Amino acid sequence: MGLHFIDGNQAVAMGALYGGCRFFASYPITPASSLLAAMLETLPAAGGTVLQGEDEIASIGYCLGASMAGMKVMTATSGPGISLYSENISFAIAGEIPIVIVNIMRQGPSTGSATRGADSDVQFMRWGCSGGLPVIVLAPADVSDCFTLTVHAFNLAERFRCPVFIASNKEIGMTSQTLDLERVEKPPIVDRTLHESGPFLPFQVNPGEDVPAFLPIGGPTLVRQTSSTHGPEGYITTDPSEIQAGVERLQRKIEANIESFSYLDLEERKGARTLIVAYGITAGAARAAGTELFERHNIPVSLLVLKTLWPVPEQVLLSAAEGLERILVVEMNLGQYVQEVRRVLCNQRVDFYGKMSGQLIAPREIIEEVLGG
Amino acid sequence: MDSLLNPHRPPVFCPGCSHDRSVHVLDRALQEMGLRGSEVVIVSDIGCSGLFDTFFNTHAFHGLHGRALTYAAGIKLAQPELKVIVTMGDGGLGIGGAHFLAACRRNIDLTLMVLNNFNFGMTGGQFSCTTPEHASVSSGFLNVLEKPFDLCHVAACAGAPFVARSSVYRKDLPELLKEAISFEGFAVVDVWGGCPARYMKKNPLSPKEIEAAIEKLPTYQGVVSSNVRREYSSHYREAAAKDRGIVAWQDTEKIFEPTVRERREVIFLGSAGQRVITAGGLLARAAILAGMNVSQKNDFHITVMRGPSVTELIISPQAITYTGVEQPQVIIAIDREGVRRCWGLFEKMKKGGKIILAAGVEIPPSPGEILEVDFKAGGIKKKEMALAALYLLAQQRDPITVEMLEEALKQTFKGKMLEEARLVLEKAAAIPI
Repeated sequence: MGLHFIDGNQAVAMGALYGGCRFFASYPITPASSLLAAMLETLPAAGGTVLQGEDEIASIGYCLGASMAGMKVMTATSGPGISLYSENISFAIAGEIPIVIVNIMRQGPSTGSATRGADSDVQFMRWGCSGGLPVIVLAPADVSDCFTLTVHAFNLAERFRCPVFIASNKEIGMTSQTLDLERVEKPPIVDRTLHESGPFLPFQVNPGEDVPAFLPIGGPTLVRQTSSTHGPEGYITTDPSEIQAGVERLQRKIEANIESFSYLDLEERKGARTLIVAYGITAGAARAAGTELFERHNIPVSLLVLKTLWPVPEQVLLSAAEGLERILVVEMNLGQYVQEVRRVLCNQRVDFYGKMSGQLIAPREIIEEVLGG
Repeated sequence: MDSLLNPHRPPVFCPGCSHDRSVHVLDRALQEMGLRGSEVVIVSDIGCSGLFDTFFNTHAFHGLHGRALTYAAGIKLAQPELKVIVTMGDGGLGIGGAHFLAACRRNIDLTLMVLNNFNFGMTGGQFSCTTPEHASVSSGFLNVLEKPFDLCHVAACAGAPFVARSSVYRKDLPELLKEAISFEGFAVVDVWGGCPARYMKKNPLSPKEIEAAIEKLPTYQGVVSSNVRREYSSHYREAAAKDRGIVAWQDTEKIFEPTVRERREVIFLGSAGQRVITAGGLLARAAILAGMNVSQKNDFHITVMRGPSVTELIISPQAITYTGVEQPQVIIAIDREGVRRCWGLFEKMKKGGKIILAAGVEIPPSPGEILEVDFKAGGIKKKEMALAALYLLAQQRDPITVEMLEEALKQTFKGKMLEEARLVLEKAAAIPI
């Protein structure tokens, strides 16, 4: 097989098909529209359903209905659309509805710049809905990651019955790159655990587990889904201990398992005193900066590329930063994820470099930042 | 058939609430249709109508205010055999207006029962999109200022093929509901009733008064023949079965030896209509034919037929990390719009870099070596310029050769398009430099 030449959005579509996506609904928005186009070009022919919603709220709503009817579902938008998804995202958390949400981030605030990339929504995806419960956010750094992380996203959504974000960026989604599909990591497919025997309660978890077994709406066994605070039967509960146990479980099922899905690349260089922490499109520039610093300036610098942003992979950060003098977080915004790094590495020097001008952060800017520190 | 009501959760509406009656009417319709609970899903949203799903032993989906139709559509598309019944109040109908219109237009086989009681009962009796202007509600004088809408009229205008209005007290309402549920397409039933706790305290509304009010409005009794057409989900499945999808995600085999050993940055600076991005794609393909790694990113106005058009390519035997162009080895400057956007790049160019410059395009000082070309004199049209410039680049054998470009053309275009592209190359070859 030769090389494919596709953009990040097409690679997400490829990964979605590989990962078992059967239903996709979205509303056109630059820079995510080409993902809608790519899904439309492939999913119907593969027997799946593509719907162009009347707006973003509807698009995620269609997905939630289809997911509860048993399908693997995905939607795609950019920052302004995530705002409109918000209430349904918290429903997906509360109702434990598996869904992959692709956010092709663009320059904010507000309408911002439709055709300019930025890492605008890194905190927003985590905190942008009521209740404050955790979500999973994966950040691809290139076209290859777009494929692999989308497969992971479907697997995680199925495994934990929760929303999983792909935090892409215009600069990844709409940039074409060569891809050797044979060499791309293709994780094994995970399906949601189905209830097998005994009475079915839609939100009952087995002892020692944190994720309820699933049955689809429309099957022979009656299924209830509700956005309201509920007990195991799926009816509204007013019992404070049941409510507390419920929300704690929703938090625990994601956060307690972070080590099983902390995706990353770590480039450690002997003698490094600085660790660059980057994600998304900026990871490539950081990698180029690290190489140049070493080869031209004889300065070894280590690099941590985070591909799981939320929950924060704290152990990864602690271990990668151990013994280093300086941590430099680089991101395409005015300093969002650096807040998490500072919280976790509170005893270390954590510096920030970023900008949100619509331009990529170039390797030379990172090099200057390292040399200037 | 047995009742589908949930014996463990009897309806808990206020005494005298018409919703209580609606629950039993719906149950009767489902019973008489001989439906089992597992063959039905009740999709509800927020407010008193949102309690409906809990009273039935059917599948149930209770979601956000005004969004019930969206969940219902997703469920129906995934489970085509299921009877999908949506209960919404007039409140939910107002907040989900766009979904209501879309459902009417789209015609998925759902039954929408609007439990229309002219106010937001659960939140304290505020006015809704159906509250009469003269009614006294808890929104002060605000409802006096807004005209209520006739949701049946709206539904019919928006394309719903089945629209009916009825008082909750009518004896034949179960029959009407059965007809709506059996109808293959989107069916709206506007069920008028009273909210004793909020609305009816200041606006008495007897069954007779409801009947009289309905009589004053246009009649909707079911099938709207002018809107009858194919149901969306079965139509979708038929269309999708014929859809062959794309063949664009093909790989490109390596058939040439690499021409470069190091990263090359090439940027086209043009304007809309010059087919800059297409030329960039051809350059990419030509390089991939030699096994190169390539990245291409484009910059253009959202009004795609006007303004600058810029495409940046990186061609490298090594893995590409940074996808930006910093110090291009090649600038193809064919229009002032693109040049202006990237004015600063010219001075950053290294010595030995090449600039293919369309005659008449002003550029800033640059250490690059300029090859000025009079495309117009060579008979090159605007839409051919980027490809012609690419040919001139290929003649220099770095980063691609003419043979590679010709092969890329052959793999990209067919028939007339290919002939036209080849003619462009011939014209470009004849330009005196």
